Amino acid sequence: MRLLAVGCCLIALAACQRERRDLRPSPTSLAVFGSAGRESELQPGGAQPDLNVTNPYQGSAAAIAEGQRLFSWYNCAGCHANGGGAIGPPLIKEEWTYGGEPANLFDTIVKGRPNGMPSWGGRIPEYQIWQIVAFVRSLNNKEPKSATPARNDTIQQDPGALLPKSGGGVTK
Amino acid sequence: MSTLVTSVKAPAIDASQREQLESAWRNKPGIAEWFSVTTHQAIGKRYIVTAFIFLLLGGIEALFMRLQLAAPENTLLGPVRYNQMFTMHGTTMMFLFAVPVMEGMGVYLVPLMLGTRNVAFPRLNAFGYWIYLAGGLLLYGAALTNTLPDAGWFAYPPLSGPNFSPGKGVDVWAQMITFTEISAMCVAVELIVTILRMRAPGMSLNRMPMFCWSMLVQSFMIIFAMPAVMVASTVFLLNDRTIGTHFVNPAEGGDPLLYQHLFWFFGHPEVYIIFLPALGMISSILETHSRRGVFGYPALVLSLVGNGFVAFGLWVHHMFATGLPQIGEAYFTAASMMIAITSGVQIFCWLATLWTGRLQLTAAMHFIFGFIFIFVIGGMTGVMLASIPLDLQVHDTYFVVAHFHYVLIGGALFPLFGAFHYWFPKFTGRMIDEKLGKIAFWILFFGFNLTFFPMHIAGLHGMTRRIYTYAAEMGWGQTNLLATAGAITIAFGGVIFIVNVLRSLSRGARADTNPWEAGTLEWAADSPPANYNFVNLPLITARYPLWTERSERGIVVGMRNDRREVLITTLMDAEPHHRSVLPGSSIWPFLTALGFSIGLVGSVAAFYWYYIASVLGMIGLIGWFWPRQPLDIKP
Amino acid sequence: MKRAVLGSLAASTAFAQQSALDAAGPNAYRIKLLGAVFLVLLGLIFLIVIALALIPLARRHRGIEQEPLEQRNQPSQLTERKLAGSVGAATVITVLILFGLVIISVVAGKTVSGPSNRANALVIEITGNQWWWAVRYANDDASRIAVTANELHIPVGRPVMIRGTSNDVIHSFWVPSLQGKRDLIPSHVTTDWIQADRPGRFRGQCAEFCGLQHAHMALWVVAEPAEQFEAWLTHQLQAAIPPSEPVKQRGQQVFLNSGCVLCHAIQGTTAAGQVGPDLTHFASRLTIAAGTLANNKGNLAGWIADPQNIKAGTHMATIPVKSEDVQPLLEYMETLQ
Repeated sequence: MRLLAVGCCLIALAACQRERRDLRPSPTSLAVFGSAGRESELQPGGAQPDLNVTNPYQGSAAAIAEGQRLFSWYNCAGCHANGGGAIGPPLIKEEWTYGGEPANLFDTIVKGRPNGMPSWGGRIPEYQIWQIVAFVRSLNNKEPKSATPARNDTIQQDPGALLPKSGGGVTK
Repeated sequence: MSTLVTSVKAPAIDASQREQLESAWRNKPGIAEWFSVTTHQAIGKRYIVTAFIFLLLGGIEALFMRLQLAAPENTLLGPVRYNQMFTMHGTTMMFLFAVPVMEGMGVYLVPLMLGTRNVAFPRLNAFGYWIYLAGGLLLYGAALTNTLPDAGWFAYPPLSGPNFSPGKGVDVWAQMITFTEISAMCVAVELIVTILRMRAPGMSLNRMPMFCWSMLVQSFMIIFAMPAVMVASTVFLLNDRTIGTHFVNPAEGGDPLLYQHLFWFFGHPEVYIIFLPALGMISSILETHSRRGVFGYPALVLSLVGNGFVAFGLWVHHMFATGLPQIGEAYFTAASMMIAITSGVQIFCWLATLWTGRLQLTAAMHFIFGFIFIFVIGGMTGVMLASIPLDLQVHDTYFVVAHFHYVLIGGALFPLFGAFHYWFPKFTGRMIDEKLGKIAFWILFFGFNLTFFPMHIAGLHGMTRRIYTYAAEMGWGQTNLLATAGAITIAFGGVIFIVNVLRSLSRGARADTNPWEAGTLEWAADSPPANYNFVNLPLITARYPLWTERSERGIVVGMRNDRREVLITTLMDAEPHHRSVLPGSSIWPFLTALGFSIGLVGSVAAFYWYYIASVLGMIGLIGWFWPRQPLDIKP
Repeated sequence: MKRAVLGSLAASTAFAQQSALDAAGPNAYRIKLLGAVFLVLLGLIFLIVIALALIPLARRHRGIEQEPLEQRNQPSQLTERKLAGSVGAATVITVLILFGLVIISVVAGKTVSGPSNRANALVIEITGNQWWWAVRYANDDASRIAVTANELHIPVGRPVMIRGTSNDVIHSFWVPSLQGKRDLIPSHVTTDWIQADRPGRFRGQCAEFCGLQHAHMALWVVAEPAEQFEAWLTHQLQAAIPPSEPVKQRGQQVFLNSGCVLCHAIQGTTAAGQVGPDLTHFASRLTIAAGTLANNKGNLAGWIADPQNIKAGTHMATIPVKSEDVQPLLEYMETLQ
């Protein structure tokens, strides 16, 4: 009987992270320039303990899906296409110039990088940056396969506005 | 062929014959046997009990929904949970309750009514049940891990696609459909063969009980309709979600309307699949409690068959708002209204039966009258919905919710409850308490109308479906509060019914074989029936065998009773053709179902589990079909 | 009789905000009329059937008390023939009634599916998004294409063609007072015709389940006399007027320096986001968040501060605004008339 209860608890934990939907980000993740954005390890007042920055949305299917949407809406695809790279470098790779860990990706997006990567800090709220980080990681198979969508609905660029942009009306 | 079919006067039951049958058809005690049982009464009961549990679960989900909607801007359920709740409610009721319970009633009653000892494929019967159970466990097991589908019981893409329904909830839903549809098709196949080839000699098709006709038509409908939903959910949606296809992805050339067409090609016949057995139940109950054969047997049969055909020509009426060409849509308007004719003819025949009958107002009859009241209202709103302009105003509003609950609960659930009261003595050997049954009826009837009638009004006043809350100034608060009060009343009525069943099981008066003095064959078996149903298989000379003179009843002699033997007869006139040996208990259906289930459940997580399903299922099937000499078949 | 039925139905609409029974245009009115015909006819049929079912209960031969009853009652051939005649007649009548209903439905359907005279029609393109409506007034002259969101203005008495599609999932455009609904399906373009015959404000709501906030995807259709409509449309074409007061200018700076511009556009500024609703004339709209909140400063403050509280699951980002910037931002938003 107890074994059954333990088994049920274990099963219940199995999907916890994947099915999580944190609709409202916690206040701390709304702060701009989280502590992962520092350039130097030197700080006044003595050594500070190393902060282990993890992606709060790691493994969450809803966050990865939202990151996929934001990737398109904030026009990351404009330079990086769907991960294969266009005028910007590809985002599916083993060797990352500025590091491929979640904290590094967060850093890159917040601060920008030389030769064209804009600094999104102060524009995109932190929690959304983490969602985009989760999505980029999922492109590299670093997120659990079960939480990663099998495909994007829109592989082609510019999927929106399927109505013709020209007029077609009769009013003067 | 050494079987003699003769109209000798039925001799006194030979004790040694009964002993032989008892031992040949015995289900041994013990847990291994419990998993191996292939007698149709046991499997039928399992279907009914399991489906009833799902009915209760679906009802709880409905109660949660109603409690959330009782007041404007209520905070009992947020959008995430509410969406999951209505998805689970619809899915449970449609896939895990309504079709399986009708299958269960069919599996139990059809062999009894036909005068044979089991269904045509006993092991397939068992397999169908285990697959159904696995599907239900998949869905509710996922509920335990918070992996609930939330895209509605119909799961339209692109909302149900990988982009807009992240996580595994919709995958679980799509795969669960595989289980329930396989189960339904198993039962459909075996019922068709049983009804067409295993009737008692002399039971030509025009002497077959109406319930068997309804199960026959329903089974054919299942075979044609279920594959469509398997393609839509598994091939299109599940593959889009898991392996990157674009069948129903509009952005890359797929079409969400393709999914809708296939889903509703199944979805509309589905409700008639649920409804048709209920029509058969009504005929059975009505004729017995009017003490006359139901009026217009040929018209009723033709209406059933017509219903089955026309039901396949209606599906676009679920899609009138999608902008399909008007001329095409008009055809479906005509067809949707025409199906009212087939239902109407049946109601007219039943009214004729009532008018010339000597009525016994048992609890079951109360439910029949309740059916007439509720289903006719539902039918009338259905005719309104068939009209495109009207449908475009009330589609996807609570008006439609009211309509389909009226036809489904009135048309299927009330007859089902009537059937429970009517056949309770046969299933359990005890009489159910009539007074409590009538009380339960009135509470259910009143509660049902209180819940769903106001929804017509809410729908006309603009309340759309699938909304987790609404603003106070919309003006829907009052009707929703009434509906919630009604829902609680229904729950109360359900509780009374359950109390009645439990009390009657333990303390009800013992029932003899035919307490209602009915005319059809199932009332000749013991209450409850022995595993072999009848000591002597009957010879049929009239439509109502038990209403013929005893001196004119014949039996079949020459069958072997030391093994599970049944008589196969010809299709039209049921002349004896040959004897067939049915397998006894076997663990292989369970093991095969287990093998496939493990694989199919795992496939929700990763694709390679399909290979595991194939291998395990193949092992099970090899064991199942391992050749055995016919004469060596042990009971 | 018909008017009495319609009247009693209309009376019960007094409290309802979006009611198909509160017809304000020719299409909705015709549908309501058709519905009344159906209701009366089918209601009558229902009453007849119920009466026929209940009458046998009142007759004498019933009840278990009537023992001994013969096991089976067999009516005479004559009775059965009479019954057959009645059932046959009832069936024929049913067929005829249904046939008639099909015909009037198809005729009514043709009438409400589009006006006979389409020359003067106004064309509005609606794109459904999760969970808001993008509205675009189509025009052959590109300089007269107006873009707004969640609210339509239409001239009274003139047919309006709604061309609809969706950017993501299937939605459904429905304004009950004016017309039946039409689904907005991605990769399809559907058409619907609405027309208001009296001025007023008519609420509509998305009628196809589209996700978490399907419940809060409403829109308003404002029907006004032709001159007023033209004035409104001309005004919509204008860019936002630059603010003159320092507080409001500060508010504009807050807007332009934050993440708002990534999704929203305000004509006349550098904000050109295409993802979310156009905000150029935001303050002139009746509601915020697609009909969810009345458009006032308090609600706007709550919406910007915590959109998830109001529409849990919305794609609108929770942009942190410093407390001293809130008031200026709200004041600036108010200038976007």
